[in-house]
Amino acid sequence: MYGNDFGPPDEGVDQVKDPDRDTAHADAAAAALGEGLLGEVAAAEAALAEAAGRTVGRAAADADEAALQAYFDAVIAADQKIEPRDWMPEKYRRTLIRQIAQHAHSEIIGMQPEGNWISRAPSLQRKAILLAKVQDEAGHGLYLYAAAETLGITREELVEMLVSGRQKYSSIFNYPTLTWADVGAVGWLVDGAAIVNQVPLCRCSYGPYARAMIRVCKEESFHQRQGYEVLHVLGHGTPGQRAMAQDAVDRWWYPSLAMFGPPDADSTHSAQSMAWKIKRFSNDELRQRFVDMCVDQARSLNLTLPDPDLRWNAQRRAYDYTQPDYDELMRVISGDGPCNRQRMAFRRQAHADGAWVREAAAAYAAKRASDREAVPA
Amino acid sequence: MSRPGLFDYLLALGDDALVTAQRLGEWYASSPAMEEDIALANIALDQLGAARLLLSYAAEVPDTALPARTGGPLPVAARPLDEDALAYRRDDRQFRNALLTELPHGDFAHVVTRLLLLAAYQVPLYDRLAAADDPRLAAIAAKTRKEVAYHLDHAATWVRRLGDGTAESHGRAQAAVDALWPYTHELFAPLAGGPIDPATLRADWERTVTAVLAEATLARPADGWAPGGGRDGLHTEHLSYLLAEMQSLHRAHPGARW
Repeated sequence: MYGNDFGPPDEGVDQVKDPDRDTAHADAAAAALGEGLLGEVAAAEAALAEAAGRTVGRAAADADEAALQAYFDAVIAADQKIEPRDWMPEKYRRTLIRQIAQHAHSEIIGMQPEGNWISRAPSLQRKAILLAKVQDEAGHGLYLYAAAETLGITREELVEMLVSGRQKYSSIFNYPTLTWADVGAVGWLVDGAAIVNQVPLCRCSYGPYARAMIRVCKEESFHQRQGYEVLHVLGHGTPGQRAMAQDAVDRWWYPSLAMFGPPDADSTHSAQSMAWKIKRFSNDELRQRFVDMCVDQARSLNLTLPDPDLRWNAQRRAYDYTQPDYDELMRVISGDGPCNRQRMAFRRQAHADGAWVREAAAAYAAKRASDREAVPA
Repeated sequence: MSRPGLFDYLLALGDDALVTAQRLGEWYASSPAMEEDIALANIALDQLGAARLLLSYAAEVPDTALPARTGGPLPVAARPLDEDALAYRRDDRQFRNALLTELPHGDFAHVVTRLLLLAAYQVPLYDRLAAADDPRLAAIAAKTRKEVAYHLDHAATWVRRLGDGTAESHGRAQAAVDALWPYTHELFAPLAGGPIDPATLRADWERTVTAVLAEATLARPADGWAPGGGRDGLHTEHLSYLLAEMQSLHRAHPGARW
């Protein structure tokens, strides 16, 4: 997901019907194959591939709910994967639908702040990179909706929940991209925060989500490096370019820190999500990891992070930093950020404007289907 | 390789692709379905890639002062030439794209119909150029023809769906065909400096387009009004707005690297 900052859970998604299947067991103790976040992604992928080769018989195939629950608990405890046909607690299913859908919505809404600069990108190479990135985001949205659909909900229902405002997307996309440097800052900070958040999801207990995250993380890492490179050129460019880059980092730093969600003490769903191994680290742990990662990078960008209290704490072996304004986060989540209205209006307009096209495609497909039936065998 | 007029020829082809990419790029996140957002971004990216290859080649062709009829020589600021100088520091009187590519987007029917009309021209064009004597141009064309074949296929699929979909989509598709048709004539007007006479592409284009229109139950408009001038830098009123937006940031920071 783009962040942990989503609003309260929505209720009322359907029951999963078929709890039957064989289980593929993952190897819980996959060794780290590489260093850094991409190394973790590669390790998670290897563990998944290995799991696909194994089949462990499940206990009591048609057993009662207690036995199903016991089996589910055992799979989670063994760090193995729950797959779409497995029985799962209703709350687990609903939590995942909410989280995956909101992640998907974030990819779709996230096309807007960056798409805003496609027409004005300052070189053809940058324009090409930005177009490719926005295309990737649509792709991420698509595979995340597909992962959510394995939980027994349709993409149409999810899209409806987005345009009706019942489900949220990451608060970060309610901030405007005011200059070209914002495209770099979004890549470096927003995608950077997203990766720190998403890499642990490559090991999340729900198989389809974990697999989607592996693909997403590889592409996001690429975007993050491209954003870093945009800022690097600006940070070492003309005085005007450097000022533009610093201004962008000043505006995006705290909203990026807020992407990790409220502090652990205030995070309502964390304990359950950790127990289910949907989440692997707390909001504050991930936020700290992100800060530690950014400090050195900012230095090589020739830019500063806008926090006078940022300093190395030798005891904790981590940076002390100023927390983001969580009241602002709550205002943005509840709809009063700078661009909430604009982003939703854009999405609703595109959805409404496309209705006649979707109807035409359906009518055309129906005609072709009836043509085929009319052909004698 | 430097024939007289080669620079102008490369600009014409490169500008068609660049302006097409710019218009498609405006459509981000606005498609009727996510799959289509991906497809249109993909096509925009292909066209932009072709534009970069063609403009980069043009920038290397010697004696590249634009003739007076296309707005005069490039400003000193546009030298040394490279793809960005050509994209960002020419004025609208120096752009040589066909008018078809610069018209603003209407609805989705307009987007896919324009793509059909353009791709049906680019497929035979790049097929033929792939066999050209100029090895650089032939190599660019060999890459591009694979991409434009995909664009043609995608656009034709949508024109069929819309034309033979609902009454509303049929009406919108026919309106788009009618509005854009006059602008297709310019694609086949003489274009100096290239190895191919555009007029010789017309039969292939006509065959492809009329077959798709027939399958889509759409009427082929009558030929009549045939606006032109894009190849000479005489554009519609739309292009200078497109360029003002596209070039604003680049021009605001003279000499900067991005």
